[in-house]
Amino acid sequence: MSESASSATAITGAEIFCRSLQAEGVEVVFGYPGGAVLHIYDALYRQDKVSHVLVRHEQGAVHAAEGYAKSSDKPGVALVTSGPGATNAITGIADAYMDSVPLVVFTGQVPTSMIGNDAFQEVDTVGITRPCVKHNFLVKDVKDLASTIKKAFYVATTGRPGPVVVDIPKDVTADTCVFEYPESIHMRSYNPTTKGHTGQIRKAVDLILSAKQPMIYTGGGVILGRGSEALTEFTRQLGYPITNTLMGLGGYPASDKQFLGMLGMHGTYEANMAMHHADVLIAIGARFDDRVTGNIEKFCPHAKIVHVDVDPSSISKNVKVDVPIVGEVEPVLRELIKGLNEAGGKPDAEALATWWKQIAEWQAQDCLKYDQTSGLIKPQYVVQKFWELTEGDAYVTSDVGQHQMWAAQFYRFDKPNRWINSGGLGTMGVGLPFAMGVQFAHPEATVGCITGEASIQMCIQELSTCFQYQLPLKILNLNNRYLGMVRQWQEFFYQGRYAMSYMDALPDFVKLAEAYGHVGIQITQPGDVEGAIKEALAQKDRLVFMDFITDQSENVYPMIPAGAGQNEMILV
Amino acid sequence: MRHIISVLLENEAGALSRVAGLFSARGYNIESLTVAPTDDPSLSRMTIVTSGSDEIVEQITKQLNKLIDVIKLLDMTAYPHIEREMALVKVRVPEAAEREEVKRLADIFRGRIIDVAHDSYVIEITGEGSKLDAFLVALDAFTVLEVVRSGVMGIARGDVALQI
Repeated sequence: MSESASSATAITGAEIFCRSLQAEGVEVVFGYPGGAVLHIYDALYRQDKVSHVLVRHEQGAVHAAEGYAKSSDKPGVALVTSGPGATNAITGIADAYMDSVPLVVFTGQVPTSMIGNDAFQEVDTVGITRPCVKHNFLVKDVKDLASTIKKAFYVATTGRPGPVVVDIPKDVTADTCVFEYPESIHMRSYNPTTKGHTGQIRKAVDLILSAKQPMIYTGGGVILGRGSEALTEFTRQLGYPITNTLMGLGGYPASDKQFLGMLGMHGTYEANMAMHHADVLIAIGARFDDRVTGNIEKFCPHAKIVHVDVDPSSISKNVKVDVPIVGEVEPVLRELIKGLNEAGGKPDAEALATWWKQIAEWQAQDCLKYDQTSGLIKPQYVVQKFWELTEGDAYVTSDVGQHQMWAAQFYRFDKPNRWINSGGLGTMGVGLPFAMGVQFAHPEATVGCITGEASIQMCIQELSTCFQYQLPLKILNLNNRYLGMVRQWQEFFYQGRYAMSYMDALPDFVKLAEAYGHVGIQITQPGDVEGAIKEALAQKDRLVFMDFITDQSENVYPMIPAGAGQNEMILV
Repeated sequence: MRHIISVLLENEAGALSRVAGLFSARGYNIESLTVAPTDDPSLSRMTIVTSGSDEIVEQITKQLNKLIDVIKLLDMTAYPHIEREMALVKVRVPEAAEREEVKRLADIFRGRIIDVAHDSYVIEITGEGSKLDAFLVALDAFTVLEVVRSGVMGIARGDVALQI
């Protein structure tokens, strides 16, 4: 049957679902079946263009879809059943919302006739997800299914990206209609801004060139907006210092001399001091998050601020800015570069030299140094070795806590989309499923998951998924037998009362890895770290779980304590 | 400061809850909220009365605009505008003298008696909120059985029009 003939035939909603995903170019769906989505699973089974990855928990499906999206230029897709399937997916959806990850999450729903009747596995998915989605839809008629899916992908991937939930009642997947996938979509209520306002660009250029102590501060928006190349060009042209947020790492090459490292609560001394003393701040695709600003009253007290962001509501939300530019990061950066060239002006070389001299003094503090004499494995050392041995070219996911900060500080990302972590929501348990999604997007790449013994246990069941799909992940478990970040705060702010932060009764991670069909190694001596990582990397086809028994007392430094300003860091 | 924000949004199930949810999730005030379909049945028009500093109201309008169902909005407070609210008031008037006096008060406030029962009136009155308040104060001497207020509707004067 020809394509045109078949498209005139009525097909089921479940088939429309598959055809729509094919039309969107979706290659992989992460999901878990259940009653309300059985028609869809049957239709997926009977086609071979969209592959399906069976996770072990719906949370894992959404995080894997996030990892896939964050490491590539494609949206992630997850499919779960109604009720508990949907509620298990919520953490992933909320995580994607906070970090603006383009996702489309399909949830099954009870048949339309039963909605509102407290039916088996019924939950008000649209209601529950509403506060943590960019948008959501309940499809009540099979005739609306294809156009709704089109809209969902459009909304998820344009403007400030985010998760979109499409709730599909079971009867809609059984009903039939003719399949027609819209080529394009117009929504009168949704028109994200792309290009920056010309007048604002001009004002920004003038301000940028007038700076004596400039600072460029960029976030995840540069990565989401694929603006990393333009940012590098812009920054090099100006010769200004630059810092990245946790979400923005890789947006500018970390090995470049203009890069001052990450800023914020556990950022470098030089980045935070330069922020504090800057007279012009150029903020790009960053949202002045509280972990970045510290005490907002003390934030950048001397700076005039240019802020580029695709989301108008991010501008002047926490910090009043002087030159707002609403638009996509990449085209706006191109306009700014053009503006700089046309303006003909040059940055004040003399002032800039003095500024760099000051920055060099801050850098001389060597704020990331750590003491290696204890004979115990330092977590920083593990990350540093992993960076060296992968030549800085691995995809790295992390969970949440101390190890996340060490990964951000010591794995120096030179490329965008390489660093995948949960910045906004701070979700423990994301690391392993993120890494699965990354490996599906990049089957040949080295994918490392830097985690801790507490976080890894939150989605440990996904080791089974990894075995089923033979994902050769390299898991670096920085095992300090503590909820490290909680312990650190208890040490600093609760006089060492370590309430519930000791991870007692830990499993034998080597045996656990083996039980799931993988390779497990335990490393207890600093001298064995390098060898273990080399061995793990050499095992190209196997998942290797490296359980590093690290120094329990190690803290993340430097640190801006809550309520303090950026110039009030604890250094050691 | 008090602001009246008029919003045109898709007349779809759930659109109202998105707006209401936004206000509660972000801790914004809602003094009143009215909503109904417009002459174009695919559109609803909502009038929200809120209060907050300039920064907060700026965030409110930005966050509202960010909702996918919101098509357009106008902060009426920035323009000369008219606001109206309607109230229906049921008053006990068992005695002739009371009927006389309540009728007189309604006339003064340009209200209309729209239901007459054995011992009660229902009065319809429109105006700015303060006028409605004043009317209710004027009725203090009587037994008010029930008050229904519509919440504020607003429209800009002159050429400014909220339309798509």
